[in-house]
Order: sequence, then structure tokens, then C-alpha cells
Amino acid sequence: MLPDELREQFAKEIAQVENPREKAIDVMYEIQRNFGYMSDGAMIEAAELLSMSPVELEEIATFYNFILREPVGRHVIRVCDSAMCWLDGYQSILDYLRSRLKVEMGGTTDDGLFTLLPVCCIGYCDRAPAMMINRTVYGYLTTEKIDRILQTLVDQSKTSSSD
Amino acid sequence: MGEYPQVLFQNRKPRRIVTLDEYRQSGGYQALERIIRGKTPKQVIERVTEAELRGRGGAGFPAGKKWSLVPDDAPFPRYIVVNSDEMEPGTFKDRVLIHADPHTVIEGIIIAAYAVSAEKGFFFIRPSYETSAVILERELENARQAGYLGDNILGSDFSFDILVHRSGGRYICGEGTAILNAIMGKRPNPIKPPPYPTVKGLWEQPTVVNNVETLAFVPHIIRNGPDWFKSLALTESGSGTKLYCISGKVNNPCCVELPIGVRLSEIIEEHCQGMRPGSEFKACLPGGASTRYMTPEHYDIQMDFDTLSEVDHRLGTAAIMVFDHKTCLVAATLNLTEFFARESCGWCTPCREGLPYVRDLLWRIENGEGREEFIPMIRTMSKHFWNAYCALAPGAAGPIESLLTFFEDEVREHISQKKCPFK
Repeated sequence: MLPDELREQFAKEIAQVENPREKAIDVMYEIQRNFGYMSDGAMIEAAELLSMSPVELEEIATFYNFILREPVGRHVIRVCDSAMCWLDGYQSILDYLRSRLKVEMGGTTDDGLFTLLPVCCIGYCDRAPAMMINRTVYGYLTTEKIDRILQTLVDQSKTSSSD
Repeated sequence: MGEYPQVLFQNRKPRRIVTLDEYRQSGGYQALERIIRGKTPKQVIERVTEAELRGRGGAGFPAGKKWSLVPDDAPFPRYIVVNSDEMEPGTFKDRVLIHADPHTVIEGIIIAAYAVSAEKGFFFIRPSYETSAVILERELENARQAGYLGDNILGSDFSFDILVHRSGGRYICGEGTAILNAIMGKRPNPIKPPPYPTVKGLWEQPTVVNNVETLAFVPHIIRNGPDWFKSLALTESGSGTKLYCISGKVNNPCCVELPIGVRLSEIIEEHCQGMRPGSEFKACLPGGASTRYMTPEHYDIQMDFDTLSEVDHRLGTAAIMVFDHKTCLVAATLNLTEFFARESCGWCTPCREGLPYVRDLLWRIENGEGREEFIPMIRTMSKHFWNAYCALAPGAAGPIESLLTFFEDEVREHISQKKCPFK
């Protein structure tokens, strides 16, 4: 299932390190960047490239918060629920996201654009409450700010789909 | 503010990253040139040992001593691991430091590598710090171009390079041995020493694991001397400055560089511009989520490793999380315990089973289903945490045990009123 181009890129990167499994996270991140999540097929192919058995890679994949084994929307929203964000409005931010996107925690919007997930402390306690969308962090969240962020992403998806 | 000497933040700019040239203008990379031209690795270790630089990642282990634990006749290759996992709730200093002046970190790593004759470094960084990872990759390349990294550094026979290693994101990866498994692409369970990583670490080779902030001090110690570094602290026992990151119910949550030994009251009142309007100081966790609640009794305490341990507290990462009188500490402790329960790697029983057990008891108390006997049950269970394999569960015991020690009345009120009195 992995395109030849990507397989070649991985083979090249893996050849540069002494121990192939050192690249396990990088390879999975790159696959997720292309396909959103690690499908069973992707797991098998990635494991082979990394000289690991699929179950060895599974052991790592399921351990980490940022490796996803189920399909997700184009934008994964992770809302920080640790102490300092909790203290400063986590619950109302989550409630707002749930009602605006019409999804529960763990769910994906019908248009496939957004998935809502929890995340523990992301190290932006000085800007609480905070969340991540894919790899970008947004702090000092308010409902207005969330509206602006989500609207930008929705607009982007319209432009890119009309390309 | 500004009255204290700034070491790591001396070049800090309000809205941008200090460039390699700016770092050099402030004396950057002079320490590296000096040691490569005229100091042996042993002399470097001696200077850092004399400076009494203690680890800034939470445990406070002396950096020079750690380096000296790599045996003289240890095999090659040897490795350096730079720990920027920083997943301790409340802690964000490494991020601010990398965004402020990345080259003081990079120079520190290179000098540490020279001191232990390492040839490869891994900069371990968490997913939510992707911007830091990108900055580092760019600045590492700049350092390579300038001859500070790579083969034959500054024309010497010392070669060393650094790779940025992205984490898949789990709190346990910041543990000093779990990080090794994480880098090797194995399930990141902690490894019980001995042998210590300095003897057998990455791929069974000698490996030194240091926190980012710790390493960033090294060039300044080499340049200005151990006595200068020690004199920066306000306490007799302390040494140097520290990055304090303060969050919670203060007006200005921030990361500031202040001397070791600065008073907690000064940090809150001057550097954080006081408590928020309508908020009174109730307690703080002085060094991240795995430290104990500190009450107003110690509001004036000097923030140093030793002064805090004398009163049974820990400086930890100096991430000060401030709670006000309107915050329910049962709920706060429930939140913290939820974090630890979720982030437990599951390897050993006290942590895997004990944390969810206490979490459930706290949940019941917070939600009006508490019973008197839960209090001794929680006490007993948090003692078992100390039988765990690594420091995660004993750390989690910090807020739990101190909640029952200092705020037992608040817990009992929840039980007798059958609801949270703060709701």
C-alpha cells in the first residue's frame, strides 16, 4: 500500500543509521503525515522496512500517544486536560468544541475534517488553556479564538479540494 | 526585574530566536575553543564538578559526578542523550530555552561530549515541541557549517554530531533509562540499574543522559569559572541560577531565570506580578506534578535543592504550579493522579494497579461517594508506590500524600457533605 516513492525514501533514511528500529517513530510519523493513521497494511510494510516483526512494531505503536492505529480526520485536535489547563477552563473549551463540532471525545466529524482527542500536559502551561491541532499548538484559548482557528482550517480545506 | 545576572537568558529577545552570530558576539563557542585547544576531558569534568552544577531535570544529580561515572577504560562508541522530553505537568522551561538561545544548549552538549569522549548525541524531544525540533535541526546545521559539529571539530581530532530524535509521546520516556529504550525503538519501559547508563546505556555502550537546561550552563561555567557560578546562588549550599516556570493562579505565568535560593514569595509577587485578582495563595507544587503541595507556611522559603529537602519538599524541575483558595485540591489531585495513571508504562504492579485504584477513590470522594475508610486506604496504597520499579509512582505519591497531610479537613468535608464543597 505504501507508494514506491515513500518506500525508497524510508529505505534511504534507514540505511543511514546503524540500528533500523531507531527510525520506527520517524517512519510512522511520516506515514501518518501522508495517510493520517497506521493501517494494518502500513504496519506490516513499515515493520519490514525497519527489520522488525509486525508485532514488535505494534508493541511500540500502541504505546505512544501520537501514533494512531485507527482512522482520524484531516485535523486531529488534542485538548490538554492536565492540571494547569484544567485549572483554567479546560472543561468549557472541551464543551465548546464538542458542541461546535458535534462530536464526542474520540469522535470524527461527518465531513472527515476534525477528530477530537484528549492529550496530557503539552508544556504550554503559561498559555493555558491550550490545545494542539496536528503539530501546531494554540494557547490562551477562548471560544472566539477557537472559532477563528477552525474557520481558517475549514476555508483551507475548501480551497484545497477545489484545486 | 533584571537585577539578577542572566546566564541562559542573557541574549533572550522578546519575539525571536538568538542567532549563531549573536550568540558568538556574547562570547558563545569560546568555551568550546578553549577546551579543544588546551583542556583535557578530565579538566572539563573537574571544573563542572567544582561548580556544583546539579541536574535541572528534576533529580538534581551533580552533572560533573555523572560524567565521571563513565569509566576511563569504557568502550567506544559512547553516547550523550539530551533529555527534552519535559512531560512533567507544569514544566515548560526547556521549550522557552530552546526558543530563546539554542546555541547555548548546543555548545553545552558538545562540551559534555568532549568531557566523556562521546561521538554521537541524541536530542530527545516530545511531539508538542515540534517547533523546537525544527529550530534545533536548523541551528545544528548552522553549527556544523561553522565547524563546531561533525568531523574534526575546529580542526582537532575530536568528532561529534547530534541527531534530533522525535518521541512518540509518553511521560515515561523522560525517565533516565526509559529514554534509552525509546531511542533504540523498543518499548520504553525503565531499565533497573545497575548497570547504570554511564556504563551500559544505548546499545550496551556508555551513555550520559542530561537535561537540556543542565547542559546549557556548561559553556558559561567553563568560560567564567566555578566560583563565579557558585556565587550566583543566594544560598550557601546552592549554585548558579535556575529557570523557574510558574503557572496557575498568578497574574503573569512565565518562565524566568533567577538565582538558586530566590524566595518563593518574591517569584510570585514580583516576577509573576502577584496572585490574580480575588485569588489568595493556598498551595503550590514547587517542582512539577511529582512534588508535594507546599502550604503558606513555606511561602517565604528560599528555592534551592537543599532548603526544600530540609522541609521534606523537592525543587524538582522548579515548575511552580500555584493554586488559589477557590481551587478544590481533591479535584486537583484527582487530575494529577489521572495523569500519572494514564502515563504509567504498566510494567510494574504498584504503579499499574495502584494508581488507578487511588484515582478511583479520589474520584468517588470528589463526586460525593466518599467514605471515611478511603482515607487510610489511600494512605496505605500510596506507600506501596515506593515499591515501584522507577520514580513515576513515588512521584505520583507526592500530591496524594501531601493532600492527606495538609488538607485532610478538606478531604473530610467532601466525605461528610457528600459533595465537593467548592461546587
